[in-house]
Amino acid sequence: MTKDDCKKLVIDIISDIAPDEDLSAIKPEVRLRDQLELDSMDFLDIVMELRKRHGIEVPEADYGRLASLESCADYLAPKFSTKA
Amino acid sequence: MNDSHYDVAIIGAGMSGLAAGIRLAHFGRKVCIFERHNAPGGLNGFYSFSGRKYDVGLHALTNYVAAGVKGTPLGKLFRQLRIDREEFALHPQKQSRIAFLGCSLKFTNDFAVLEGEVAAKFPRQISGWHNLVGAVRAYDDVALDARPVSAREVVARHLSDPLLVDMIFCPLMYYGSAQERDMDFGQFVIMFKALYLEGFARPLEGVRVILRVLLEKYRRAGGERRMKCGVARIVERGGRAAQLVLDSGEEITADHVISSIGFAETMQLCEPPQSKAAEENTGALSYAETITVFDREPVEWGWGEDTIVFFNDSDRFDYSCPTTPVDLRSGVICIPNNFVYGGDRLPEGIFRVTCLANYAMWAHQPEEAYQADKVWWFDEITRSARRFLPIVDDAVLARSKLATDMFTPRTIKKFTGHLNGAIYGAPQKVRNGRTHLSNLYLCGTDQGFLGIVGAMLSGISMANYHVLQGSSAVK
Repeated sequence: MTKDDCKKLVIDIISDIAPDEDLSAIKPEVRLRDQLELDSMDFLDIVMELRKRHGIEVPEADYGRLASLESCADYLAPKFSTKA
Repeated sequence: MNDSHYDVAIIGAGMSGLAAGIRLAHFGRKVCIFERHNAPGGLNGFYSFSGRKYDVGLHALTNYVAAGVKGTPLGKLFRQLRIDREEFALHPQKQSRIAFLGCSLKFTNDFAVLEGEVAAKFPRQISGWHNLVGAVRAYDDVALDARPVSAREVVARHLSDPLLVDMIFCPLMYYGSAQERDMDFGQFVIMFKALYLEGFARPLEGVRVILRVLLEKYRRAGGERRMKCGVARIVERGGRAAQLVLDSGEEITADHVISSIGFAETMQLCEPPQSKAAEENTGALSYAETITVFDREPVEWGWGEDTIVFFNDSDRFDYSCPTTPVDLRSGVICIPNNFVYGGDRLPEGIFRVTCLANYAMWAHQPEEAYQADKVWWFDEITRSARRFLPIVDDAVLARSKLATDMFTPRTIKKFTGHLNGAIYGAPQKVRNGRTHLSNLYLCGTDQGFLGIVGAMLSGISMANYHVLQGSSAVK
């Protein structure tokens, strides 16, 4: 799974959680919280959807790694490769 | 694990129990909702009577905001339950009024209207009003650990005119206060936002639209639901809810138990029973409601503008358990025809009036006297309410009348199980949902998020907080 794949999968999750957000122009390096209206409940849902859909575990200590699309990709890509 | 073991057992298929169930089932928990009645909805259900469907509870959905307004409870609810807002098919109100003798304040889903009314009718209070609104906006109303503070005391710091204070409190109390005469400031903030800063809406077909959406989500997520199957006992072992005994005598077990049936009601199910805790926190406020169905829309009598009217005729608004079967001095009128339905309309006119009522005076009457009292009070309640609407001749209304129904505190007790027919449950809410048992939590009315949006958010929050989050979050 490439980093771009990881970004796409996170965007897919956000579009299901927050269909009222415009995701067409997200800047990968900017914090998601700064460009979208996402609260802590929404972030918890991103974590839980990663587990549900892809079997990826994100321990609470690592939640900060999901701040931007770029950091999500950096964090998730190795997790997918160890899984595969 | 066997068939009779669940990750989570939920007691009650009202708005909060269904919402909790959707969250848990969506994230793969084996969950079952146990409901004593054959219909879902609890306090916000509907029923059929002589070929017509009636809503109970719901006058209007509060917390309504238009599409695109973010960061409010309604938006959180849609996201958490993966509901498309179109599914609720909500139509905004026309306008509502707080009508006291000699003074009336109009409000709509645009907060500026209420501010304008306050400025025009209470010019000397307006700077205090702005400070109060600032305090409301700044308050963290979803904190689960807030200490109770008297709303009367906080409001008195900003507003000095008792008439304005009573007028502002009246709708907030009628739509959610389980406490007599005062509210916790946290509850006041939730209600102030829900009614004034946000607003009212309704699906054309009423509450059943919302219930249908919830039931379908829950079913699709894989949730199990057992109707006509109440929980009779919660058996305690080692500080945990070790077993649930159903009305049928069947026994089941669950890692977590979420009860939406009320604090005292849940404590009474516990074995050993928590009678003292239950007794100390049982509500006293109950309602009577009349429903009149007409063969035409009320607009024909000049009743076409007001969606909801909160009325009061006494010097001070008295929100407490009355010393008569019904308190006719104040109440709430709801005319479901008066939402903005676009091209659609309701086929009949509906006129509902709600007043405070005394549970004990209704509860123990023999059937014949009870029925006679219902007839007598029905007329008194509707007559009292009509003082606050344009005058229409009795004979005109009588000619158009197709059907009537009425519920009393006794009805509320029967269908919700709430002790004393207490419409909004216990006066002291349990915000973090915890009980004396480590795996038994409360959600719904007695957790303290109010209104039907609040009820659903309560179920969501408690499912997230106690089951889905933290180390046990990912299963």
